Amino acid sequence: MARPIPTDPMIQRLIQNARAAQFSRRSVLQGVGIGAAALTLAACSPGGPAGKPTAAPDKSATDKTLRWDNWAAYLDEDDSGKRHPTLDAFQKQTGITVKYDVAVDDNNTYYGKVKDQLALGQDIGADVVCLTDWMVSRMINLGYVQQFDLSKIPNAKNLTPDLKNVDFDPGRKKSLPWQGGFAGICWNKEKVPGGLKSVNDLWDKSLKGRVGVLSEMRDTIGLIMLQQGVDISTKWGDSQFNAAIDEFKKQVNDGQIRNIKGNAYLEDLKSEDTLAAICWSGDITVINAEAGDKWEFAIPTAGGTLWNDNFLIPIGSQKKSAAEELINYYYQPEVAAEVAAWVNYITPVVGAKEAMQNIDPALAENQLIFPNEETLSKARVFRTLSSAEESKYNAAFQAVLLGS
Amino acid sequence: MAFSAFATGTAREQVPRRKSRVALLLLLPGILYLVLFFLVPLVSLVITSLQAPSAFGDVGSYQTAFNWNNYVVSITQYGDQIVRSFFYAVLATVFALLFSYPLAYFIGVTARPWPLLQNLMLVLVIAPFFISFLLRTLAWKSLLSDESGFVTGLKALSLLAPDAHITGTPVAVVFGLTYNFIPFMTLPLYAALERLDTQYLEAGSDLYARPSTVFRKVTIPLSMPGIVSGVLLTFIPAAGDYVNASREFLGGTGTAMMGNVIESNFLILLNYPAAASLSIILMVVILAIVTAYVRRSGTEDLL
Repeated sequence: MARPIPTDPMIQRLIQNARAAQFSRRSVLQGVGIGAAALTLAACSPGGPAGKPTAAPDKSATDKTLRWDNWAAYLDEDDSGKRHPTLDAFQKQTGITVKYDVAVDDNNTYYGKVKDQLALGQDIGADVVCLTDWMVSRMINLGYVQQFDLSKIPNAKNLTPDLKNVDFDPGRKKSLPWQGGFAGICWNKEKVPGGLKSVNDLWDKSLKGRVGVLSEMRDTIGLIMLQQGVDISTKWGDSQFNAAIDEFKKQVNDGQIRNIKGNAYLEDLKSEDTLAAICWSGDITVINAEAGDKWEFAIPTAGGTLWNDNFLIPIGSQKKSAAEELINYYYQPEVAAEVAAWVNYITPVVGAKEAMQNIDPALAENQLIFPNEETLSKARVFRTLSSAEESKYNAAFQAVLLGS
Repeated sequence: MAFSAFATGTAREQVPRRKSRVALLLLLPGILYLVLFFLVPLVSLVITSLQAPSAFGDVGSYQTAFNWNNYVVSITQYGDQIVRSFFYAVLATVFALLFSYPLAYFIGVTARPWPLLQNLMLVLVIAPFFISFLLRTLAWKSLLSDESGFVTGLKALSLLAPDAHITGTPVAVVFGLTYNFIPFMTLPLYAALERLDTQYLEAGSDLYARPSTVFRKVTIPLSMPGIVSGVLLTFIPAAGDYVNASREFLGGTGTAMMGNVIESNFLILLNYPAAASLSIILMVVILAIVTAYVRRSGTEDLL
């Protein structure tokens, strides 16, 4: 672990002097460079804990554009795969030009790319982003999210009551769910005709080297913990987590698990590098439509994880009201049903099930879009982690991904 | 440091001692550029590498400290990946050299009577540059995937075990590195061999040297500058490459190189001190290897 620097001010000054002396001895740095370098560094080196950033002014009235960052296969597409019908309708209706960007492959990598701008309250190149609960929780805590003007999102009343008061955002003032879903298991029906029932079936010798898992720690480790009989939504500790990591590591080292990816796991399923995987519920319907009806999804017998991705407006966005307009639009039951019919994830909008009857009655009964109590009872939400736990568990998970 | 290896130690040219303001003025843009885009980032990297976790405990926040321990932790925790990076880079460099030398020799020497063929082959070497490096690597990923014709063909011929695969293995990563850096090896070799005076080769055989001896004693020494720069241009980027070995491309869980470790620490774990210390370790080791290599190959005055 890191050795703490002595707090005594005299010693700290000594250390500073020692460092300055060291630099001045380096003949390389003599001359023009050092002054400029030191000045620039003083300007960029992160100082102490800065205050929370403030929201950027809203310019939606004058600039009719909006940028939306989202995950792959997460918005309805037409047959050509180039246009998004619901988004086109929104643009026509409001005159706002939306730049839709599939920029999120993984919560961590997305956050890693934008966190410095967020901390300074700067624009991150997106006015509305959909991220997963735990990441939204972190960003709200750090003050990186703008507060909604809920009077401009009247349709927010359609939010399903279960999701109205989450612990990270009571009253949903800063985030509203976009879609939810399950993490479970899927398999190639042609190559694995028997199908799979539990996470342990993924470790079957016949699938050696052909199994993919998600780089989202909560889903992969969550499913393994559930298989080991741990209820991931209640208070569990290091020993339960480590038991799951050990199992995971063993399967990686044995070569049972071929690869660990974000959304790109779909490519491996399509190229048949992997024949079975830990995956997200809606994706399987989408690739079945894209690449032939070859895959099947199931929630493992021991349970699956349940998560939600949420709309949020980054602190540096200057398009708050346009973003609110977009969110309001997608909270109409008819629009939500149209999106859900394509993405096949759980829609948080009440009334969408009724609207779905008009689109495709069969989908209204689809348990992956409109789960009933029985299906929901099989799924668990990964409990909130403290920031110390977050660092520790993530490091352990990443260590396995890097093969160390 | 390494740079001194490139300088000639003896017979220093007479430098005019007069201080010229014009010369200084002309140097200014270059110096400013180096300070701004090399020195400042480097110092910032060193400072980051010594940071300690901030007392407030938010994920990814650090404060300036003198935490040398970061280096010890990085080396012990990621020793495997450090060694692996250089091992893969050496393999890729050797394969690229073995592949490129005959190719460059053919283009630069054998094909001399047919300039059109020479140019055509050079275009073929450079052509891959017209397509993004990432796209080409992704293409290889699908060409080498389990159900691809190549892999099923190898399995049908029993050259590959039925449950074996190529993507996600060290073979795929070293292959990817070799493939991607071959032009960097071929072009300097071509430039050196293109100037090769074939009369020396004739003189060698006139003096009763066998073709293999001529190659060893005449051709290789004369093309040494090309070999050295080709090796440097291949080895340095290959050691720090993080695309080929990435899990999204040709690598798997057991093939992570230093670049992947740095990426993971920087983007996912938000452990900037670890990422910075690993970058510095990578830089120092490369510098040491390159210095030793340039010294040993005795080409100081050829460069």
